[in-house]
Amino acid sequence: MSKHLLEVKDLYVSFDTYAGEVQAVRGVDFTLDGGETLAIVGESGCGKSVTVQTIMKLNPEPPSRIKGGSILYRGEELINKTNREMQAYRGKEFSMIFQDSMTSLNPTMRVGRQISEAILKHRKMDRKEAKKLAVEMLAKVGLPNPDKCYRQYPHTLSGGMRQRVMIAMALSCEPAILLADEPTTALDVTTQAQILELMKEIKERTGTSIILITHNLGVVSRMADRIAIMYAGKIVERGLPDDIFYRPKHPYTWGLLGSMPDMSLRTDRKLTSIPGTPPDLFAPPEGCAFASRCPYCMHVCLKHEPPVFDMSEEHQSACWLIDSRAEMVVPPLGEDKTLRVKGRGGHVV
Amino acid sequence: MRRYIVRRFFISVVTVWTIATVCFFLLRLLPGNPFLSTTIMKQDMVDKMMRYYGLDKPLWQQYITYMGNLLRGDFGYSLKYAGRSVNYVIKSTFPTSAQLGMQALFFGIPTGTLLGIISAKRRGKELDYAFNALSVIGISVPSFIIAALLQYILGLKLGWFPVAQWKSFSHTILPTLTLSFGIIASHCRSMRTLMLEVDQQDYLKTARAKGLGETRIVFFHQIRNAIIPMITGLGTEIAGLLMGSYVVEKIFSIPGMGSYFVTSIQGLDYTMVLGLVVFQGTFVVFANFLVDILYVIVDPRIRIS
Repeated sequence: MSKHLLEVKDLYVSFDTYAGEVQAVRGVDFTLDGGETLAIVGESGCGKSVTVQTIMKLNPEPPSRIKGGSILYRGEELINKTNREMQAYRGKEFSMIFQDSMTSLNPTMRVGRQISEAILKHRKMDRKEAKKLAVEMLAKVGLPNPDKCYRQYPHTLSGGMRQRVMIAMALSCEPAILLADEPTTALDVTTQAQILELMKEIKERTGTSIILITHNLGVVSRMADRIAIMYAGKIVERGLPDDIFYRPKHPYTWGLLGSMPDMSLRTDRKLTSIPGTPPDLFAPPEGCAFASRCPYCMHVCLKHEPPVFDMSEEHQSACWLIDSRAEMVVPPLGEDKTLRVKGRGGHVV
Repeated sequence: MRRYIVRRFFISVVTVWTIATVCFFLLRLLPGNPFLSTTIMKQDMVDKMMRYYGLDKPLWQQYITYMGNLLRGDFGYSLKYAGRSVNYVIKSTFPTSAQLGMQALFFGIPTGTLLGIISAKRRGKELDYAFNALSVIGISVPSFIIAALLQYILGLKLGWFPVAQWKSFSHTILPTLTLSFGIIASHCRSMRTLMLEVDQQDYLKTARAKGLGETRIVFFHQIRNAIIPMITGLGTEIAGLLMGSYVVEKIFSIPGMGSYFVTSIQGLDYTMVLGLVVFQGTFVVFANFLVDILYVIVDPRIRIS
């Protein structure tokens, strides 16, 4: 019996396409405890969505295929569950909020019914009770006039309101884990802040664990208890927010931080971008997947995959620069001293 | 909603008027007159006939007379069938064509749609390939071949149904099957495509993420969204089918309207052509009018006129 609420171990997911096998997720591990928020950060196509959708087994098979690994939920293995068996978990144990609230609601069904049908599926309630609960949920997520909203069609609501509806729907069956797949990406900045605030509030009130997927580190800093940085189907660095923001070890994390505008730091640091594109996951490179874009790439990086180095119990990074034989490198994070860090064993990394 | 309907109705009336007017003048642009093509008629006889039917008057006068009669629902007399009014022809043949068309529709559309749904759900499996092959055949093989095959197999070989004529319900089976074959084929194909398209939509993922069963997802989320684009073509399709098919009616010797369309234009039977066109036009416009209203009911997004 695992002590974690959710434990994903060595997960491999591929997509079989006409052009060949796309290795979207290549050995991902993480754990999630009750009431915790884990953020998975990475650029488009790095496998973050595939990873969380695999937890709910929402990826259609074929073309997708779980090649290996294990997903333990409360100690129970989900990998071998059938689609029908998973229905009892979806919506009840795990809920999902998607990126685009504009397209994630059925346009021909009233909002209220879309919420109450989930309630009717998972809870022992009759129609009346389900409706009452749905209206309650709409009120809880801060929608004005929930009774009216219950009868509205999605196209009459704004993007932010729809995302609130999605959240109400996701939380209506009191799931243990909320999977949020870029919940704020499609929203404008002020609405983003409101939605994040709402999610935070809900987490505090209900104790739901959250897996938050995003490519926006700014979002992460407000929400996350732990952060995992994902690149080309692997987690390249993970740690507490302080580790990631102030003691980052992986050049990819440096790149992400360097490309994030930060208004609070009074620096004249220039915004940088990470040159190049992620590797082709049809044929992932032999060594480190980031090697071709990494300004600190060494010979070893091209041939051998870096092992995972432990910085502390919570902070791990998979980069050869951390190895004691590697040269010293100063992170390119501008003049801000807080971002210049020392690695273990006296190596400035 | 009421304003929408009133507006649509007004537009429909204008459309019908336009059809009648344009057709009236277009017909007169055709060379010749109704009495030239028939037998050996002397010139003074032709003139007499023209006078009798008022065809010697100035065109605008004829137009006004025709429109006046049209307003009273009078399509006038046929120029070819002595003493037979166009109204009579429509009244005596339309019910037959309409019955045949309706039967084909009521059998064809649900069957085709259902096959399309099954096909999409069994994508890449044997059943999908079978239905696909069926729809390709249904779309590409002309109806007279299908009719002949049905007559031969179900009529002659098995002797289940009469081969031709229009007397009892069992007489209607073969022509109905012939007509519905194409309908089934096209609806199966488009429904399959639409279902697969909706399958890719985010809201279906949301429905799955809620833990709903596949049956509920198909019936409550997928079909309704997939069916919306199909409604568009429905009006024209219904109207076209109810007006009768020349080929099918000919093969099964059914006394329907189909053949009048062909013979009247060949013989320049002005009033008959015009009457049938206006009748069909009104029907198409009216059917589309109903479809537009149906659209608003099915798709809540189209409430703004």
